[in-house]
Order: sequence, then structure tokens, then C-alpha cells
Amino acid sequence: MTVPNLVGAGLIVIGAGIGLGKIGGSAMEGIARQPEATGKIQTAMIIIAALLEGLAFGALFLGK
Amino acid sequence: MEQLLNDFSPGLFFMQTLILLVLIFILVKFAWKPILNSLNEREQGIQDALDAAEAAKKEMQNVTADSEKLLKEARAERDVLLKEAREIKESIISEAKEQANAEGDKIIKQAQAAIESEKKAAVAEIKAQVANLSLEIAEKVIKEELSNKDKQLKLVDDMLGDIKLN
Amino acid sequence: MRVLKTPFVLATTLFILLFSNGINAKSQEDKKEGAVNTKEEVEEYILHHIKDSHDFHLFSYTNSEGERKHIGFPLPVIVWSSEGLVTFMSSKFHHDDSGHHIVEASGTRFAKLHGKIYELQPGAESITFDEEHHATNATKVLDFSITKSVLGIVLVGLLMLLLFGSLAKQYKSKKVPTGFGRVLEPLVIYVRDEIAKPNIGDKKYRQFTGYLLTVFFFIWILNLLGLTPLGFNVTGQLAVTAALAIFTLIIYTVKGNKDYWQHMLWMPGVPVLIRPVLAVIELAGAFLIKPFSLLVRLFANISAGHIVVMSLIAILITMKAEMGVVGSSLLSFVLSLFITLIEVLVAFLQAYIFTMLSALFIGMAVAEHDHHHEHDEHGHDKVDAEDVRGNYI
Repeated sequence: MTVPNLVGAGLIVIGAGIGLGKIGGSAMEGIARQPEATGKIQTAMIIIAALLEGLAFGALFLGK
Repeated sequence: MEQLLNDFSPGLFFMQTLILLVLIFILVKFAWKPILNSLNEREQGIQDALDAAEAAKKEMQNVTADSEKLLKEARAERDVLLKEAREIKESIISEAKEQANAEGDKIIKQAQAAIESEKKAAVAEIKAQVANLSLEIAEKVIKEELSNKDKQLKLVDDMLGDIKLN
Repeated sequence: MRVLKTPFVLATTLFILLFSNGINAKSQEDKKEGAVNTKEEVEEYILHHIKDSHDFHLFSYTNSEGERKHIGFPLPVIVWSSEGLVTFMSSKFHHDDSGHHIVEASGTRFAKLHGKIYELQPGAESITFDEEHHATNATKVLDFSITKSVLGIVLVGLLMLLLFGSLAKQYKSKKVPTGFGRVLEPLVIYVRDEIAKPNIGDKKYRQFTGYLLTVFFFIWILNLLGLTPLGFNVTGQLAVTAALAIFTLIIYTVKGNKDYWQHMLWMPGVPVLIRPVLAVIELAGAFLIKPFSLLVRLFANISAGHIVVMSLIAILITMKAEMGVVGSSLLSFVLSLFITLIEVLVAFLQAYIFTMLSALFIGMAVAEHDHHHEHDEHGHDKVDAEDVRGNYI
């Protein structure tokens, strides 16, 4: 791995981390506000997190 | 990317595709279809049973409502009957009272009338007897008194005096 | 969780025991084949493990005579070479992975280099390499070998047939399954009610449930198998996840209805000039991005999980100098136990997500677009969530 690759990977991970944090945080807020919708919120959260993850992994592997 | 493509094994891809195809085919035919069918059947059965129970419950409610209605009607009818009976009783009592009163009045009147007629008869008899008696007395007195002139006069005087007193 | 914990503590312990055997084997000489003692060797070992292999290798040790012993068994190699189909046992390579050991079979010569089988050009006696360590006088052959991954796939396939075949058989005689079927039935119902039904719709879910169930259990069991010390890394093979993703791609392409294609190629309510541009994006989304995200996610998660677990186990070796045997063992044990527990969750989660997204894609392709678009005052369609959902996938 070259230095630009590593920097790029780091940037991807930072971006993905921020995204995941936002998803998780919003989901927590949503659950706190409407505990009865926990199941639905969790499902949606997992799907979105998975999509983000796919994006991040795609970018990581393209750069590898 | 290059390394990933290098790692990609077409042979494994082929084997995986083949095995997965066979696996899906066999599982769908021999596992998933019977499993899902029996699950559906079971759920349908449970649903049917629940529906039946619900229907039975409704039926029960209807029956209870019906019997309650009947009971209510019966109660109302009983009330009506009781009321009528009471009215009849009262009317009978009042009628009887009236009748009794009327009868009593009649009897009293009859009695009074009888008493009156008896009294009249008695008075008339008394009068007749008195008249007879007085006639007899008078006859005797007169017979006796008339034997003696003074006595006759005196008697007449006495008698007259008596009559006056009467 | 409590139910899961005990077997996995056990599994982790076993895993560590076996791998520490492989890693920690004392070697008197510096270069012992398969011995892992330095950082570089650990890296190489992990990379090797992540890849598919042609033999089933459990662990190696050095016996009292200083001889290197490998415990495991060979698997058949089936390759399509210039001479047609050639088969031989992988034991002929003698665990060589550097292309030095040449195997002669059916008149051609083969060598194994980094997990791939190369066919030497006629007359060549050994492989020559260029500066980038690429073979110059040998070509890769189409390799239909029963590799470790293929073995894993076959084993899981048989296991699934056994489990669900017996579950299906139980329904013939009774309404409620007993024994292990009682564990499997809720899982089947879970996939049907939580994955298939909500994403595909009540009317059409039935014909896709078989595929979704197969894929779900296939991935899940293989993920869990990857956590055992047997060293399977099937769902961490690009070829396997690619095959799975392409199955989903084929299903939603073949089963896509008129609305799906219309919304993809010539979408209503969009200015005509933009339509071709959007169509290109939509096509790329449907045929490249969706399957790519499916296959890369599963592959990357499982591979990353394996790398992390093995790296943490390797703390045993890499930190030995700094922390001593006991300290490094303890640290390695605690960390790898923790990560393995997370990996158990990931194993389920990835199976769930793969099935879920497959169901979502299929559901989007077969959905009846009976929702009427709201028009704003310019007569353009207002976008609703369902229309843009595909853009994010």
C-alpha cells in the first residue's frame, strides 16, 4: 500500500464513521422519541448502515 | 482492485453457482415448499379457529341479548299483569263495597219501611184496642154509673178530665 | 445471547488452541515451512488463510526429529488444461505454494503459486518469474477443484438438506415440529415474515421465499462455519459472494415487471432530455452497483472479521517480546474473545442484510406502481420516497 492509498482509506473511514454515527444517533433519538417504533427504526437503521458500508467498502477496494 | 481480480477464482465461482442452483432447486422442492405450505395451513387453521371462536362468541352474545330481551319482555308483561290484577282487585273491592252499601241501604230502608208499617199497624191496633177498651170501659162504667145518677155525672166529669190530660 | 455464549466461548478457545498450535510451533531452524513466528510471517499466514486453498490444513507442528508435520487432508484437484480435464490429489504439491514444486499429470506440468494452479508451457521445467513476480512461462488454468471452500459449500448444502428435509418431513405426521425443528421453524418464519413479506409484498412474496430462505441459511451457516477453528472462509471469497449477488441480479432482472423497466429506462414525469442520462444511471445502478454492493459487503465484512480475529490471535506472537508469554496470551484471548462474539453477531447480520437487500431489490422490481403521483402546479411529478429509494442503493 502506498501513502496516497492509505490516506484515501483513512478519508473513506472518516466519512463512513461520520455517516454511521449520524445514522446511529438519529436512530437512538427516534427510538427515544417513539419507543414503540423501535423495531422499524432498527430495521431501517441496519439497512441504511449496510448501504453506507457497501459504499465505503466499494471505495476501499477500488483503491486497494 | 487488481489484486482482488487476481484473487477471484472463476472455478470457485462456477462450482458455487452450480451447487447453489442445485441446492435451491432441491430445497425449494423438498423443503421450503412443504414447510411453507404446512406453515400456511397451520396459520390458516389457527385463523379459522380464531374466527370460529369469534363467531361463537358473537352468537353467544346474540343469545344472551335475546334471552335478556325475553326476560325484559316477560318482566314487562308480568308488571302489566300485576297492574291489571291490582286494578281488577281494586275495582272488585270498590264494586263490592258499593254493592254492599247499596244493599245495606236497601235493607235499612226496607227495615225502616217495615218498622214504620209495623209501627203504624201497632199504633192502629193500639188505637183500635184502646177504642175497644175504652168502649168496654165506657160500657162497664156506663152500666155501673148509670145506675146512679150522681156517679154517672161524676164519671163523665172524671173521664173528661182524664181525656183532657191525655 | 446466553445460549450462544457457551458454544462460542468454547469455539474461541478451540480456535485459539488450534491456531496457537499452528502459530506457536517451536522451530529450531529459522525457515520452517508453515511456521509463523515473525510479523511478516503472521501477515503472510493471515493472507494465506483468507484465500481459498487446495488442501484441508488444520495445523502444523515440528516433531521430535525436527521434521515438519502438517495435519489435515488433501483435496482433489480438477483443472481444465490444454490436455483437457486433469485430476490429481492436492497432496502432490506437498504444501508448496510458491510455484517451485512441479506436478506432472496427464502429460502436462502444473505448479501452485499463491493458491492458484498454473500450467507450465510445454518444455518448461520450472517457473521463471519477471521482476513483479509474475510467472512468465506458465498460464493459469480453469480450476474446478474441490477446494476447501467448495468442500465447505457442499458440507453446508448437505447440512441444510438434512436439517430442512427432516423439518419438512416432520410436517407430514404432525402439525408442530419437535426437537431441532422447533429451533428452525421460528427462523423460517422470521425470514418469511420479517424479510420476504414486508419487502416484496403480501401477494408476491411466496415465489421468492424459497430463494431467500436458501440464501439466508446458506450465508449464515457458512459465516458461522468461518468462526470455527476449521478455518473455512467461504463467504469471504469474492467468487462465492459474486455468485450469490448474480443470482439476485438474475432474479430481479427476469422477474422485473413493466413498471420496473419503464421507471428504469423511460421514466414518466421527467423532462425528456434528462431521461437518457437517468436511464444510464439507473441501468448502472441495477446491473452494477446493486450486485456490487451486495457482493462486496458480504465479502469485505467476513474477510475483515477473519483478518481482525486472526490479527488479535497473532498478538500472542507479535507482543510476546513486550508483554511476555502470559501477558500476550491473556490480551490476545480477551480481545479475540470479544471480537469473536461481535463476529457471531456480524455473521447473522450479514446474512440478514444480504437476504434483506435481495428481498428489497426483488420487491422493487415486482412492485405494482399503483400509487398515484402527486402533481405540483407545473405538472411535474413530485418525487416520493419510493421513487428515490433506488438512488441510494
